Amino acid sequence: MSELAATSSTPVQWERFTPGQRLLRYGLWLFCIWAIAQSVRHIEVIPEFLYDAPEQMADMLGRMWPVDWAYYQPDVHQGLMETLHMATLGTVLSLGLALPLGVMVAPNVTKSRLLNMIARVILVSSRSVNSLVWAMLFVAIFGPGPLAGMFAIALRSVGFVGKLMGEALEQTPQGSIEALQATGAGKFAQLWYGYWPQIKPAFWSVALLRWDINVRESGVLGLVGAGGIGVVLNTSIDLFQWDRVALVLITIFTVVALAEIVVLQIRKRVL
Amino acid sequence: MTPTPSATPAGRKAFGWSWSQKAMLALLLGYAIWALSTMGVSAERLGSGGAAAARFLGLMFPPELGKMDELWQGIKETMQIAVLATAIGIVLSLPVGLMSASNMAPAPLRAVGRTLIAVCRALHPVISAILFVKAVGFGPLAGILSLVVATVGFVGKLFADAIEEISPKPIEAIRATGASFMNVVLFGVLPQVISRFVGFTTYQLDSNLRNSTMVGIVGAGGIGGVLFAAFLRYEYNFVFTILATVIAIIVAGELVVNAVRKALHV
Repeated sequence: MSELAATSSTPVQWERFTPGQRLLRYGLWLFCIWAIAQSVRHIEVIPEFLYDAPEQMADMLGRMWPVDWAYYQPDVHQGLMETLHMATLGTVLSLGLALPLGVMVAPNVTKSRLLNMIARVILVSSRSVNSLVWAMLFVAIFGPGPLAGMFAIALRSVGFVGKLMGEALEQTPQGSIEALQATGAGKFAQLWYGYWPQIKPAFWSVALLRWDINVRESGVLGLVGAGGIGVVLNTSIDLFQWDRVALVLITIFTVVALAEIVVLQIRKRVL
Repeated sequence: MTPTPSATPAGRKAFGWSWSQKAMLALLLGYAIWALSTMGVSAERLGSGGAAAARFLGLMFPPELGKMDELWQGIKETMQIAVLATAIGIVLSLPVGLMSASNMAPAPLRAVGRTLIAVCRALHPVISAILFVKAVGFGPLAGILSLVVATVGFVGKLFADAIEEISPKPIEAIRATGASFMNVVLFGVLPQVISRFVGFTTYQLDSNLRNSTMVGIVGAGGIGGVLFAAFLRYEYNFVFTILATVIAIIVAGELVVNAVRKALHV
């Protein structure tokens, strides 16, 4: 009886979730467990290989030592330069392509629903196809070499940069845009004088971030023939020259770390 | 009506380019031309590429629809790789994240955690996949291991950063009751970061799904192997089918995750 009195004196029952939400949460947990169980049961993992793995890894690392430093000049160095060019030019190209797409995808700038949809589909497709797959496509078009790698980097980055540009445009405060519209400014003038100064910091920050990612990604494109240091890596692995593989890996690590430091410094000083 | 001279300073244009901006642009242009020349790129090669691209796209149509079995096998394996890699990676990144947060762990332990994260992040999934293929042989196991490494690198770092940003007050309150370290973590730390953690997890599942198509190219299982084989056999119409399926799955996954997050307000 006293319990009933207690509940009636507090007519509002505070609950964190509605029953539907609670059901959804339990359903999600069940789904996760089901998915993991299914995956464990059906994936073809050979247990002998798993037991063997630490030994094999140790063997491989043993073969990587000592590192063949002499191999750096000229082969690795040339591959490295090609990789950096691919990453930089690809980023520049993708920025050029991403700006119009970003304008197209932002509903407050482009009023047409159809154009928004088209731009969104292009951006999502660009992001869903991996840079390695893009590289395979462009190797089929341009033949092997860094040109294919540059286009692969560019087309992979467009989705990322365009999406973030679109979001930046959507979130632009409308005050200065309305002021421009009141003066009768055209579409281009609105973009150039109204939107651009407001999204400029976001633009450069995204460009830097993407360049950093592209330096990492361009290192492996050579595996499918798209130029850069990945070609050297692939050749060394195919020839079982593990001391050279180690050198290439160390080079890639160093460059990736340097790129990150450079980006961090620029970000701190300029943005 | 003519504007007063003071309103328009002579020759000054609003939002004009300053000389330093022009210099930067010229520098960038010069670099692009020089880099393209060292890469052996010419207008003629770009032109021939256009024709090749048109022919290539022509070969992709009509899409091959007769190999659904092969496609489904690859997709299933890709999904299994992504699910397992995410699950294992998340479980491992919990301790790694706790270890690397400056407000939870002493300095020596933190150094170990941060180094581990840095190594995992520096290894591109494809490179670690190559190494794992050499170590454990061809097949999905190598793919799972390499994506676990990638997951620990990404989620571990974000998780550590999230823990560093939490409010110390609930932790102090729980410590004051004489709670053990595990209880502090369970009731003081986790409730503050769990919603961001769920966000990282769904993002990582998505990105593992994308990346598991990539590790297949070097022999680590999944749809990537099927894709690469189709490429080597010049079956470009099957390549198109595979790419379209992968894009559709990723888009569908994104829509589902967004709908669930909206329903749960996380």
